[in-house]
Amino acid sequence: MGTAMKCGVITFPGSLDDADTLYSVRQLLGFEGVALWHKDRDLQGVDFIVLPGGFSYGDYLRTGALARFAPVMESVVEFASNGGLVMGLCNGFQILCESGLLPGALVRNQSLRYVCAEVGVRVERSNTPFTNACKTGDVLRLPIKHGEGCFAADEATLGRLEENGQVLVRYVDESGDPTAAANPNGSLHNIAGIVNEAGNVFGMMPHAEHACDRLLGLEDGAKVFRSVEQWLLRGGRA
Amino acid sequence: MNGAPVDEKTALEHGLTAEEFANFCTAIGRAPNLAELGVVSVMWSEHCSYKSSRAVLRDLPKEGPRVLQGPGENAGAVSIGDGLAAVFKIESHNHPSYIEPYHGAATGVGGILRDVFTMGARPIANLNSLRFGAFDHPRTRYLVSGVVSGVGGYGNCVGVPTVGGEIYFDRGYNENILVNAFTLGIVREDGIFRAEASGVGNPVLYVGSKTGRDGIHGASLLASSEFDDETEDKRPTVQVGDPFTEKLLIEACLELMERDAIVAIQDMGAAGLTSSSVEMADRGDVGICIDLDKVPKREEGMTPYEILLSESQERMLIVARAGSEEQVREVFRKWDLDAAVIGEVTDDRRLRVFAGGEEVVNLPVSPLANGAPVYERHSAPPTKQTELQRLSLADVPSPGDYNRCLLSLLAAPNIASREWVYSQYDHYVGGNTVVRPGSDAAVVRVKGTQKAIALSVDCNSRYCLLDPYVGAMTAVVEAARNVVCAGAEPIGVTDCLNFGNPEKPEVMWQFREAIKGIRDACNALSLPVVSGNVSFYNETDGRPIPPTPTIAMVGLMEDVRHHCVQWFESEGDLVIMLGRTREELGGSEYLATVHGLVRGTPPWMDLSVEKAVQAVCLEAIREGIVTSAHDLSEGGLAVGLAECCISGPGAPLGAEIELEASIRPDAWLFGESQSRIVVSVKSRHLSRLREIAAQRSTPLTVLGTVRGSRLRIGRLVDVDVTELRDTWSGALAKLMRGEEA
Repeated sequence: MGTAMKCGVITFPGSLDDADTLYSVRQLLGFEGVALWHKDRDLQGVDFIVLPGGFSYGDYLRTGALARFAPVMESVVEFASNGGLVMGLCNGFQILCESGLLPGALVRNQSLRYVCAEVGVRVERSNTPFTNACKTGDVLRLPIKHGEGCFAADEATLGRLEENGQVLVRYVDESGDPTAAANPNGSLHNIAGIVNEAGNVFGMMPHAEHACDRLLGLEDGAKVFRSVEQWLLRGGRA
Repeated sequence: MNGAPVDEKTALEHGLTAEEFANFCTAIGRAPNLAELGVVSVMWSEHCSYKSSRAVLRDLPKEGPRVLQGPGENAGAVSIGDGLAAVFKIESHNHPSYIEPYHGAATGVGGILRDVFTMGARPIANLNSLRFGAFDHPRTRYLVSGVVSGVGGYGNCVGVPTVGGEIYFDRGYNENILVNAFTLGIVREDGIFRAEASGVGNPVLYVGSKTGRDGIHGASLLASSEFDDETEDKRPTVQVGDPFTEKLLIEACLELMERDAIVAIQDMGAAGLTSSSVEMADRGDVGICIDLDKVPKREEGMTPYEILLSESQERMLIVARAGSEEQVREVFRKWDLDAAVIGEVTDDRRLRVFAGGEEVVNLPVSPLANGAPVYERHSAPPTKQTELQRLSLADVPSPGDYNRCLLSLLAAPNIASREWVYSQYDHYVGGNTVVRPGSDAAVVRVKGTQKAIALSVDCNSRYCLLDPYVGAMTAVVEAARNVVCAGAEPIGVTDCLNFGNPEKPEVMWQFREAIKGIRDACNALSLPVVSGNVSFYNETDGRPIPPTPTIAMVGLMEDVRHHCVQWFESEGDLVIMLGRTREELGGSEYLATVHGLVRGTPPWMDLSVEKAVQAVCLEAIREGIVTSAHDLSEGGLAVGLAECCISGPGAPLGAEIELEASIRPDAWLFGESQSRIVVSVKSRHLSRLREIAAQRSTPLTVLGTVRGSRLRIGRLVDVDVTELRDTWSGALAKLMRGEEA
C-alpha cells in the first residue's frame, strides 16, 4: 500500500459506534476512513471492513439477524470470500455470526443484564491479521457494552474452534487466567472473539475502537487496528 | 363547529375545575366540543401549563453572559465559547415509571433526548436522578430493576452515553418513585433551532413514528394528579418507546438541520400533536391548521380526540420553508421514516383541525397557551416542621465502635457503590467520556476543541424535608462543588422540581422555600437556571414525597487535561481538607442509618464560604497541583476518605489521618458539614495550596498521608481498605438480590 490504509466502516440503521470507529481510524490511527452505507453495494475500494457496534435494525427478531439482508452485506460476503479482511465488533460480531461468516452465536448474557465494563482479554495467537502487533499471552484492556454477548456453539463447533486456534481473544482475570469471575457474560470457554477458518474474518465483543485514545484511558484497541495495517503493509503475512 | 358542546361534568372528568371550565367557555364565547375539551384539558393541565408554579418560578435567575436560551423553549442553551453552545434540560417521568417501570423510564429518556436534539444539538451525554422507596418495601426491587433496565434499554440503544447520575432510597418514595432524566447536547451557536412557528402558508410536517392510541392523557390525568387505589388502571396512559426509531429520528433531524429547510421544530411530547402545534403557534403569534386525515397512523378508526391527545413516542412537528417539502421527505426517506405534510401556518392565531373534511377544532391559540390559569396557591409550613427540626446532640448516644459505623454506612443503600446501576449503562459510546461514572462528576470532552464539560446531578431530599430552603440551596452548591472537584467551572443549571400536591399549603410552602433556596444559591454563584421541569402531585393516598428539587449542573473546562478525579492516586501524597467541620449531625445519613433518626436541621450553609472553597479548589486544580479532589457529603469525612481510598479503578490505597477530633467523634467522622473538599497533593505543592487558600480566607487542614493498606483516622477508625472496598462495592448488588448488605 502506497498510501494510508483504507478502512471501511458500515452504517446500518441503528449502528451506534460507526462514527466513533471512523473517528478513531481517522483522527487517532491515521487511516483513511470510508463511511459505507447499508443500502449501497459499492465498497469503494477499501482494504479492510469494520462492522461496528450498535443495535442494527433495533435488534428486532434477533441481534444481527436483519442486518445480514442489507444490500451491503452481499458485497461484504463477496469481499470476505476473496480473502478480504473483515472485523465485526460487538453488534458487528453478531451480524457476522448471523450471516454465517463466523460460526456460533451470541446469546443473552448469563446475568440477563446489559453490562458495560472494562475487561481484560488474553491474546491467544499473534500470527493473525488482527493480532500480529501483540504477543501471544498479552492481556488487552478493552471496554465491553452489550446485553447479548454470551458466545454459544455446539460441542463440535467449539472443539473445532479450539483445535484450529480460531479463538483469538479470551476473557481473563488480572493474572491472565480465564476464570469464571473474569467472564462478564457467560461465554463458553471465556471466548471474547474468534476468526473464521480462513483467518480473514474476525469478530469480538469488546470494543477496540473505544480503546485508541489516551485521553479516554484505554489504548490497547489500537493494537488490533495496527495489526491489520501491518498485515496489509506486508502483503498479507504475519 | 362539528360535535356537540360538552357539559361541566365531562370537563371535571378531564381534570378541569368548574371555574376553569367556565373561564374557558367565556374566553371562546361558547362551550367546547369533546375534541376541543381534550385540547384545553391537556394544555391547562398542571404538567403543560405550570399553573401552580409559574408565578413562583419567576424568581429564579435566568440571565447571564453565557445564556443563549433560557426557560420557555424545548431546552436551555449556554455558550461554551468557540462558537459552540451546550444545550441541556432535565425532565421527570415519575408516575409512568411507577406504573410501568421499564417503559416509563425508557420514554423519559427518549423525551428528554428529543427536547435537546430538537434544538439542533447532538446529544453527547445523559444523566439520571432516581428515587426509590426503602428496600424493605415489596415493590422496591422490582421498580429499581425495571427503571434501571428501562433507562439503559433506551439510552444504550440510541447511542448516547449515560455518564452519571444519582440514586437514593427513602421510605418517603415507597409509593411514588422519581425518575428524572437529563440530556446534554452540543451545537454551533448559529445552528440553534427554536419552536416558533412563522411564515403564513409554510407547511407543517409530521415526522417520525406513526400515531397510535398510547399515552392518551398521560400529561393531564397521569402526571397532574395524585396516586390512589385505581392507579394501576392508568397503565394504558403510559407510552411505549422505540429507541431504534429515535436513533433514526436523531440522525434524520440533524441531517435536515444542515439544510435550509426548517423554520421551527418541536418534539411531540406531553400532549403530543396538541401541545406541539399550540405552543409553536403561540410563540410565533400565528395560527396553525391541521388535517388529521394526513397524520400517519398505526391504528384504524382513531377519533380526532385520540389523534390529538396521543402521546405516541418518537414524533416531531416541523414548520418548513414553503417549497422545501421534498427536501424534508428525501432526508426522512433515507432514514426510512415517515414525513407527511399535515397542515400549514395561518394568520388567524387559531388552532383549526379538520378530519374527514369537517372542522373538529377551532380555538383561539392564546387562551390555550398563555391564557392558561395562573394560581397563587396558599402556602403554610407543615405543623410538624418545628418538631422535625428539633435535635439535641446530648440525646444521641455515642457509638463505641466507629469501625462498625463506617462499614455500615459504606453498605447503606444511599452510600454504597453505584456500580450495579451504572454498569448497565453504556458510558463509552460517542467516544468522549473522559471521567466515567463513579467520581464526583462525569467529564465529557467536546470534540474538535480542547474543552470538556463536567456534569453532576444532586439533591439531598432529607435536607429538603427538614428545611426546604437550606436543602435546595445545598443541592445547588453541592452539584456545583462536584463539578468543581472535576476541574470545571459551573456555568449553568437545569432543575427538576419534584413535589407533592400544590393545592396543599404545606406542599406549596416547601415549593416556595425550595425555589428561594435555588434562587439564592444561584445568585451567589452567578449561575443561571436555563431550563427545567416541575412535577407536582407526587403523592399516594394523601402522603407527599419529601420535597426533591433535583439540580443538574453543567461545568466548563477550557482544557480537558485539567480534569480531576475523586480517588487517591499515589502513596505519600498529603491528604488535605478545605473548609471547616462543625459539630452538627442534623439530617445526616449517620443519624438515619445508625440511630434511625431523621430530624434536626440540615448542615449550616454559608454561601460566601462555599464560594471561596470552590474557588480555591478550582484554582489549585487548574494550576495542576491537585492529584485528587472529593466533595464531602453523605457520611461525612470518614465516608469521604474511605471513598478516596477505594473508589478508583486500581487497587485500593490506605491513608493515615493523624489529626484527632476536636469535637464529638461521631460529628467529626460522620457529620455532613457543607463546603468541604478533601484533596490529595504532592507535599511539594502544600505551600502553594496554602497560599491559594489564604487568599480567599479558606481554612485548610492537613489531615495526613496516603499510605499503606489501612484507613486509620486518629484513634477512632482503623480498617483494612480491602474490607472497606468489598463492603462498599458489593452492597447494592446484595440488596438487589434480597440479601442483607
